[in-house]
Amino acid sequence: MISPPLLYALIMLAAPLAMVVTFSFWSQNYLDLDTTITLKNYKEAWSKPIYRVLILRSLNISIMVTLVTVLLAFPMAYFLSFRVKRNKALWLFLITIPFWTSYLLRVFLWKVILGYNGVLNSALMGLGIIDEPMTFILYNLNAVVITLAHAWAPFAILPIFVSLERIDRSLLEAAEDLGDGPFRRFFRVTLPLAMPGVIASTLIVMIPTVGDFITPKLVGGTDGLMISNMIQIQFGKANNAPLGAALAIASMVIVGSVSLVIFIAGRWFRGRAQ
Amino acid sequence: MTQNPIIDIKNVHKSFGKVEALKGVNLRIEEGEFFSLLGPSGCGKTTLLRMIAGFEEPTSGAVIIGGEPMMGIPANKRPTNMVFQSYAIFPHLSVSDNVGYGLAKKKMSRSEIAEEVNNALAMVDLVGYGDRSAHELSGGQRQRVALARALVMKPRVVLLDEPLSALDKKLREQMQIELRELQQSVGITFILVTHDQEEALIMSDRIAVLFEGEIAQVATPQTLYQQPVNERVASFIGVMNFLQAQATESADGGLGLEIPALGDVAIAKAARPEDLPAASIDRIGVRPEMLTILFDESDHAECESEGVVVGASYYGDMTYYSVQLPETEELTTVSMRNTAGRSIVASGTKVRIGWGADSIVLFS
Ligand SMILES: Nc1ncnc2c1ncn2[C@@H]1O[C@H](COP(=O)(O)OP(=O)(O)O)[C@@H](O)[C@H]1O
Ligand SMILES: [Mg+2]
Repeated sequence: MISPPLLYALIMLAAPLAMVVTFSFWSQNYLDLDTTITLKNYKEAWSKPIYRVLILRSLNISIMVTLVTVLLAFPMAYFLSFRVKRNKALWLFLITIPFWTSYLLRVFLWKVILGYNGVLNSALMGLGIIDEPMTFILYNLNAVVITLAHAWAPFAILPIFVSLERIDRSLLEAAEDLGDGPFRRFFRVTLPLAMPGVIASTLIVMIPTVGDFITPKLVGGTDGLMISNMIQIQFGKANNAPLGAALAIASMVIVGSVSLVIFIAGRWFRGRAQ
Repeated sequence: MTQNPIIDIKNVHKSFGKVEALKGVNLRIEEGEFFSLLGPSGCGKTTLLRMIAGFEEPTSGAVIIGGEPMMGIPANKRPTNMVFQSYAIFPHLSVSDNVGYGLAKKKMSRSEIAEEVNNALAMVDLVGYGDRSAHELSGGQRQRVALARALVMKPRVVLLDEPLSALDKKLREQMQIELRELQQSVGITFILVTHDQEEALIMSDRIAVLFEGEIAQVATPQTLYQQPVNERVASFIGVMNFLQAQATESADGGLGLEIPALGDVAIAKAARPEDLPAASIDRIGVRPEMLTILFDESDHAECESEGVVVGASYYGDMTYYSVQLPETEELTTVSMRNTAGRSIVASGTKVRIGWGADSIVLFS
């Protein structure tokens, strides 16, 4: 018997995935699909530099975004968990406020802030700190990183916050009692015990970022284009769905492997924090 | 008492906002003592212990350890180690790494640390458990790991916050004896926080009884039991019957007591607490085991009176009788050891009660 949740998972997840996998082994003959099984798409994805560049750049961007996001999220979560004594719920609520506006709106706001004649440049020029507008902050990698780090912040804060909340405070006192100052105690007890949250945050931010195509398109310029933009092009304008599917599967496998490595490394760190 | 106690607490006050947790505590604890802080929940025991450990600072007053004022010195720099109520075993570390946690900072080689850890594990009967992780341990074993982790640091004082309260009765009783023996063999000062008077009596050299942030009495278990300073301490430690009484000064400096429920008795000068005017006495205390039911015609005691048995609780080795004494409304508890050939007295039976001047506890 198939239970409803399983059925749901099959229809919503497994079926589309199976379709993409199947597609990636077919090929496109101008207007019609050739359904003979072939590795041609994967060979093309592997050999053409453009795809490798895009995949590496996507990984690169998502790792940077993840690093920036998690490094900023940790102190926020730490503050919330350890310093805020009352009204924690209110603080959590405040953190989610950016979600009240649509993602697109937030991206456009960043454009307004970071643009050539944007808020940041005008302000800095008005204050006489810079003479001419900075151009390295929009339509490139930096803009993608800033925009995404901001967008993901609440997603990264919450898992870390939860894992910090779950740390029995007497463990911290025990570490101090046994001779640790605040610094050693942080690296020997707090961080290892917060690791599940840190790993969760890392994966939550990194995995969707690799696949993002809206942000790079809107604020990334040509330097900021990512693999998903190419996949979108293959499925759309280039009309080569099989190649797009192969690219999608390839990037999925790569992201999966990287996630696995991060997961295992986190486990290892937790166990070794002596 | 020596001139230099290991712990000297001077007029310590502690307030948490409006709550006054400690109201002027003075306490001296000697090196090598097994000292207990005993009192009902919320009386400030944990606060006082945490203050010695360095997790709380006094609002006013001083904590002096080994002659050094501890003002501003954090917990990681104090010569004390704590066994937490929850044990606080690090869940991400093995038993060995837990026990060796504090040694990592000392300048010791890996093999020296391993040896110290093994010695400490042997001390608490956990040889061979080093590689287990925390969640593979029972409550009693966790308690031992917490103890080994403190002892391995060779602190001058070990602080224990209700370390046995999470264990079941049998294990708790066993650990009380083991803990006491361990303390005597290592010779380190132990300060135990407990709300269990029996536990404090069994384990301690001396006990401080706290009520609402104030010390009511500091004494050895025997003194505390036999000469509680007031009715509150008396009823907190063991069972105590309270009876109406009137006293008159007698010529030899002692007291003449009139106890309506029991009769009259003379208290010698030596047995009378100092500066206790006869006029201030209106109630006296009697422990259940200090009253005897005189079963046989031939049994006699220093003083005798009569009562009626109203009920009996059988405890196996002991039977606790509720006896209605004359001229008093409350029932009086009398405990009798069960010996061969003696059956439990039925309710409604009139009995003779034997007692003496030594049975009486006077409160100042
Ligand atoms: N961190 C704290 N904040 C506020 N009140 C506290 C704090 N710690 C203890 N108290 C209060 O101080 C009193 C004594 O507490 P505690 O020392 O834990 O008692 P005990 O250990 O004897 O049960 C209690 O009324 C308790 O509510
Ligand atoms: Mg307590």
